[in-house]
Amino acid sequence: MKLKSCLKEKRATILERWYQAIIDTYPSESAKHFNNQDPFANPVGFTISDTIGFLYDSLLREEDTEEEIAQALDSMVRIRAVQDFSPSQAVAFVFQLKKVIRAELSGVIDSEKVSEEWGRFEERIDRLALVSFDVYMKCREKIYELRTHEFKSRAWRLLERANMVGVISEESSPNC
Amino acid sequence: MAKTPSPQELSKINHEPSNDGWMEMPVDFRPGTWCYSGKASALETLELPNPREWQPTDEDWKLPDNWETIIYEGFRERLKKFRSLKIFMDTCVRCGACADKCHFFLGSGDPKNMPVLRAELLRSVYRKDFTTAGKILGKLAGARKLTKDVLKEWFYYFYQCTECRRCSVFCPYGIDTAEVTMMARELLHLVGVNINWVLEPAAKCFTTGNHLGLLPHTFKDSIESLCEDIEDVTGIHIDVPLNKKGADVLFITPSADVFADPGIYTFMGYLLLFEHIGLNYTMSTYASEGGNFGLFTNNETMKKLNSKMYAEAKRLGVKWILGGECGHMWRVVHQYMDTMNGPADFLEVPKSPITGTVFENAASTKMVHITEFTADLIKHGKLKFDPRRNDHRHVTFHDSCNPARAMGLFEEPRYIIKQVCNNFHEMPENTIREQTFCCGSGTGLNTDEYMEMRMRGGLPRASAVKHVHQKHGVDLLSCICAIDRATLSTLMQYWVPAVEVSGVHELVGNALIMEGENERTTDLRDEPLEGMEDDE
Repeated sequence: MKLKSCLKEKRATILERWYQAIIDTYPSESAKHFNNQDPFANPVGFTISDTIGFLYDSLLREEDTEEEIAQALDSMVRIRAVQDFSPSQAVAFVFQLKKVIRAELSGVIDSEKVSEEWGRFEERIDRLALVSFDVYMKCREKIYELRTHEFKSRAWRLLERANMVGVISEESSPNC
Repeated sequence: MAKTPSPQELSKINHEPSNDGWMEMPVDFRPGTWCYSGKASALETLELPNPREWQPTDEDWKLPDNWETIIYEGFRERLKKFRSLKIFMDTCVRCGACADKCHFFLGSGDPKNMPVLRAELLRSVYRKDFTTAGKILGKLAGARKLTKDVLKEWFYYFYQCTECRRCSVFCPYGIDTAEVTMMARELLHLVGVNINWVLEPAAKCFTTGNHLGLLPHTFKDSIESLCEDIEDVTGIHIDVPLNKKGADVLFITPSADVFADPGIYTFMGYLLLFEHIGLNYTMSTYASEGGNFGLFTNNETMKKLNSKMYAEAKRLGVKWILGGECGHMWRVVHQYMDTMNGPADFLEVPKSPITGTVFENAASTKMVHITEFTADLIKHGKLKFDPRRNDHRHVTFHDSCNPARAMGLFEEPRYIIKQVCNNFHEMPENTIREQTFCCGSGTGLNTDEYMEMRMRGGLPRASAVKHVHQKHGVDLLSCICAIDRATLSTLMQYWVPAVEVSGVHELVGNALIMEGENERTTDLRDEPLEGMEDDE
């Protein structure tokens, strides 16, 4: 429990450093504009900040279902899934939390008393990373689905209007 | 087989981007972030130079041997011809007010999507070739030589600007970045560097009168098919006059309204409105396109495509033109038509035959926006509505960039929506009216191979929609632009899947009480109306 109380105590600092580490994955000229916390003037910065706060608390709560975590991850991963990131870069922000905590709580983590607790906490972070990859894949699949849908609906409409496709009405369907 | 990296090696992987300066960062043509090149046949139809087979991912873009000279001469000619370009090249003080106002920047985090830096891509070459400081000091004065990599960068980033002009609202000098993009695209055309999604529709418009390439009989069939749908829902039979000479009004709308979901429901709304008031109008199978992809090509193409609307109005002998819910058509008409093809003196100053209102704002172009026309009808009590027929919808309004920022058309669409709907909710203030966010797919970037970039560009708009969806249960995003109607539908499916998209006149069509109509049990989409469902 010692680790957990330290993590709670250092919440603001850890979140700030985690946020900065994520923002640093963008070019430096852009990163400085992501500090505006208006959700509409700066949807990327706001979403990151909002999401990691929830994720951090969720890791400490240990109550949320995988579905709830996936839902919380969705807004942020959905953004990174369409930006200039490789798949690993898109979800690497989860692992950055380990780095941040290690830097912030090095004395605590190195002590043998919390090594088991830290091990369990790391496992939860790993789990979060796996879920974020599931979310990432869903987003990428959606992109391709949207492409296909646009293409198909355009082609279908053309064929339909040119009377080049037969329509099967309910009346003419054979009884199976 | 590749060696599995050790944990130590893995921990050294750096996820931070390079710190090289922007001039040293060549473009990476990732799938989803660029559009297919213009087909040779389209270039030939439009009489554009260097038709050939190529793609942006090719190492060799097959440029003409003297491509640098062509661009240099083209730049010089345009600096002389367009005073605005010279001012925009010289004036910027790089204050950064525009930097975080672009939807592509906000969605991508790519600094070259900051309007100031996007313009610098062009300005840096301008300095090198046309300013003394740039010629002497080179990079120190922010100048650089035009190379093939720079040309590739131009292509990449000037087709990542939708010419929405949001950045210009915030520029203290009023630099119109859209016009910088237009000039850059013109320069690229000179050496045959362009995209098919702009050129093919423009070429089709040249040959058939509309972007989709619908021939007159297909255009007619499509309209008749929509009339059948109207009859199914309302019991009202409508015959749409086509190419009728001597009508009061020529009605022109984007061809997508006749052909593509969800624009067709907006089109059904227009037809019900005209029937309701007994308007003496005609449509044309030649001027069968309101949109003008020439705007995204070059001045000459824009002028030609715009002129066909007026030529057709003259041929049919109408008094004035009524324009449908289109976006960029209105930028062309409102900002360029009068000096390109106007004034249209052979037409009359538009006067509503129903209310007698004279639209003096259109005294020179002779073309009235349908929301102005309908709002005037409502104001004079000429329309009978049952707004409960839209009760199954919670509606918000997206100000389409061009009607908003190029025309200042903010109130009329809202006034109409509030008359025909009981549930209307505005999006946050910094995302509507003159600050509206683009759909992310304008200026001919609404093609499927560009999906990733479209989703990035649409993020700021989608964030505001998500907010009103969560707060007020908004499930319908209405707008007055055909590109919006098509692309926001896809955008919503990615970011806010519960929200659908409509035009304003679809909502009008739902609410209009037509004389002799059947009891309505469904809306124009054939979806059941709340509390009015068919018992059977």
